Amino acid sequence: MKRRCRALAIALAAALPLAAFAAPDMTDAAGPQAAHILQLWRVTVLVCSAVFAAVLVALLWAVWRAPRGGADAPADVSGLMHGEPGPRRSVVLAVGVSSVLLLSLLLASVTTDRALAHLVLRDAIHIELTAHQWWWSARYDDPQPSRMFTTANELHIPVGRPVILTLNASDVIHSLWVPQLAGKKDLIPGRSATLTWRADRAGTYRGQCAEFCGAQHAWMALSVSADPPDQYEAWAAQQRAAAATPSESRTLRGQQVFLGASCVMCHNVSGTDAGAQHGPDLSHVGSRRTLAAGALPNDDAHLAAWITNPQAHKPGVNMPGTAFAPDDLQALVAYLRSLR
Amino acid sequence: MSRLSEPAQAALRRDPELTRRNAVPPSAADRAALEATWRDPPGLVGWLSAVNHKAIGLRFIVTAFGFFAAGGLLAALMRVQLARPNSTLIGPDLYNQVFTMHGTTMMFLFAVPVMQAMATYLVPLMLGARSIAFPRMNAFAYWIYLFGGLMLYGAFALNIGPDAGWFAYVPLAGPDYSPGKRVDFWAQMITFTELSGLLSAIILVTTIFKLRAVGMSLNRLPLFAWAMLVTSFMVMFAMPAVMLASTALIMDRLIGTHFYNPGDGGDALLWQHLFWFFGHPEVYFIFIPGLGFMSAIIATFARRPIFGYSAMVLALIATAFLSFGLWVHHMFATNLPELGKGFFTAMSLMIAIPSAVQIFCWIATLWTGRLNLKTPLLFALGFFAILVLGGLTGVMLGMVPLDLQVHDSYFVVAHLHYVLIGGAVFPLLGAVYYWFPKFSGRLMSERLGRWNFWLLFVGFNVAFFPMHLLGMRGMPRRVYTYPSGLGWDTPNLIATIGAVTIALSMLVLLFNLARSLRHGTPAGANPWGAGTLEWATASPPPAANFDALPVVHGREPLWQPWPQPTQVRGLAVRQREVLVTTVLDAQPDHRLVFPEPSIWPFVSALATTVLFIGSIFTPWAVVWGAIPVGIALSLWFWPKPGETERELMLEKSP
Repeated sequence: MKRRCRALAIALAAALPLAAFAAPDMTDAAGPQAAHILQLWRVTVLVCSAVFAAVLVALLWAVWRAPRGGADAPADVSGLMHGEPGPRRSVVLAVGVSSVLLLSLLLASVTTDRALAHLVLRDAIHIELTAHQWWWSARYDDPQPSRMFTTANELHIPVGRPVILTLNASDVIHSLWVPQLAGKKDLIPGRSATLTWRADRAGTYRGQCAEFCGAQHAWMALSVSADPPDQYEAWAAQQRAAAATPSESRTLRGQQVFLGASCVMCHNVSGTDAGAQHGPDLSHVGSRRTLAAGALPNDDAHLAAWITNPQAHKPGVNMPGTAFAPDDLQALVAYLRSLR
Repeated sequence: MSRLSEPAQAALRRDPELTRRNAVPPSAADRAALEATWRDPPGLVGWLSAVNHKAIGLRFIVTAFGFFAAGGLLAALMRVQLARPNSTLIGPDLYNQVFTMHGTTMMFLFAVPVMQAMATYLVPLMLGARSIAFPRMNAFAYWIYLFGGLMLYGAFALNIGPDAGWFAYVPLAGPDYSPGKRVDFWAQMITFTELSGLLSAIILVTTIFKLRAVGMSLNRLPLFAWAMLVTSFMVMFAMPAVMLASTALIMDRLIGTHFYNPGDGGDALLWQHLFWFFGHPEVYFIFIPGLGFMSAIIATFARRPIFGYSAMVLALIATAFLSFGLWVHHMFATNLPELGKGFFTAMSLMIAIPSAVQIFCWIATLWTGRLNLKTPLLFALGFFAILVLGGLTGVMLGMVPLDLQVHDSYFVVAHLHYVLIGGAVFPLLGAVYYWFPKFSGRLMSERLGRWNFWLLFVGFNVAFFPMHLLGMRGMPRRVYTYPSGLGWDTPNLIATIGAVTIALSMLVLLFNLARSLRHGTPAGANPWGAGTLEWATASPPPAANFDALPVVHGREPLWQPWPQPTQVRGLAVRQREVLVTTVLDAQPDHRLVFPEPSIWPFVSALATTVLFIGSIFTPWAVVWGAIPVGIALSLWFWPKPGETERELMLEKSP
């Protein structure tokens, strides 16, 4: 019972920071791409609702006004002998109206397609986003190689500047979907795809993998923060910098633990010997809001729990659990949290 | 007589009745002889040897509804898991198996087979035929289907159920990301059900083209039979694509080919093209039989033929053609050329037109008819509310920009259930209420039927309407759980309440079926005053369907009777003789003796099952497994001199 209460408390505590997102609602468009789609959406919903209402009214009217007849009522086969001009006119008219409506929806759809393809891409930032089972890695490109940097699971983009995302997958098919910014695009191994965004409103937008990709498809979130330009530049500068070097004894010890453990087989921390790329880049992990692609909030307790037993929090995840001595664990957590 | 062998002549001398032919009107002796001739043999071996289309049809229907119940229970389990956020009731491993099994069951083991099952029972009766074409192949198709389904559930029970989705996208379903045998069971289930489906399609097309009552020209074919004819052709063109796809998948997994491996020259999108080239028509061959049920029910309960017969038939055919040009709308989010996607948008919107034609024709029929508001009609009316909504969300999904938002979200879950439950399950349940008296000889309870309908109608909308909102709010499909605070909690809870209501309605249906089977009001031949031929014979029909084959003089044979009853005289009653008619005009063409019941279709199906399951584990099973299959098939087709003699006797007797 006590354990269950504790689990509940942890779950609640976990839920609070995760709930900091607004609902990722497609009708709450934060940029032109989502707004174009929303406009088409409204037109279509209007047309479809009118058609639905008309069909139901015609049906209910028919049911209401038609005379009743039991199984023994003689069947009326006169329609087989000669035409029925009245119903014929109505059906032809209804089919004609439906066809015209469908054609106009087609035009609206194609027009929207064109609008989506014509987003102005001057001064765009380029991000290479790669999906993995079950996390995202992002490399911010720059003409100057030294200004490129890599992060994971959380994107920051400047408000008002277009973003060109080059999409790849390293294992199976995933799909990128941030409803408030744009429609989705699949990330398919062996095929690069491109998606363009622009956020016109500052805010944090939740995205999630939309293509079933295995055990932890449910916990493969991507957070996108649209920041005012100067705030974005500050964040980018921080990400470009090498990972913080530990200064106090505890974080120093944490770094030793990190470098001496199996962590380095998969993770990268810039400026250290840990240079693997199989898992999320940890150079600035302390600056992120969540762990494990949105599965847990990023705080000391959850980080410790995650390192010790990832399978308990995200069953099937590719990260193995590691048993550290309590002191080592504390130091490791302190070190990782200091990587801001 | 001269060319008959001596023993045959002796047999004929002993029993001159061997070549007896039916009189018009049929005598009591004719009736008894027909019953003895067409009856399936008694005993367990007899039961396994059955070939009568009514016996096979009923088994087929019951099996398909059994899988429906299993798939429904899995759905209920998912709804319980998703009722609350962060639920830990079932983990991802089980959940992914459950949603894969649910989708696979409903699409491959229920929706397609149940339509073929209903047709197996009904079409020969509707056409005024003694039997379905290729009755032994029909039995084989049933056994293959049953064994394939049992294999899949056996695997699931052993915790090796497939977990890569009913669509099994590669590379997730490929050897690297789905090790073990789980996906192999899925792929092999495809082999079973598609084999069964293809055989059923061939059987139905042959039956509809060649075994119609004299006078039932194609323009008098009942709309349900048209629907099944169109469906069967679609099956024949669509299913090879998925068999090809799943065979390539099995080979990638089992013998190391690289059809789908992008690292070795394969392509992950190839799977999607092949799968959806089948998958989209599949939706329509679930839906089109539903349209056939609708036409049958509405005509009977509006007391008039369906308005616009030619338009209805052309709409069915147009739907079938167009349905092969839609598949890319499942792939709008991939990086295919944008201009090409526009074509598929146009096709996706265009297919709404033939559906609209049919809906308007039915409304015109109801408008000008006299309504007998019984349970089957209620289900047909429910179709309108639900299917039309699902069709309109389908229009949305056909438009590239809108699809990019709601694709693979709960919006699609809502859409597909509106279309499939509205378009197929509502008409199917209406059809169960409508034809149950024919199957069993007893009517189902109207009162329980109304409860069943209203619980389902309300429960369905409560369960699935909120899913539209969930999708718009960004909830993806196929997630085993979700965080709270994203506006997903309440709609999910409401959906689960709806699911419970649906489950209740199904319990009412089950109770109604069980009770009516024993205590229902006896129905008589034609309790609804319907116009098609299946109502011209007793309920349940005798083994030979009709004592004397009817002759048809109009589109609604029972509503347009000839002044004197007209029937076919002179078909053998001591042998399984049927009358084959011409394709277009249904003029008598020739007589044909149909095969006797046989255990070999069952044994062949068992042998085929061993081959299929064996080849999940070793490619060599294809080699050694072929031996028992070859033996069983040879014995099945082994010529029997006695039968040939009897057929000769018939041919030569006056």
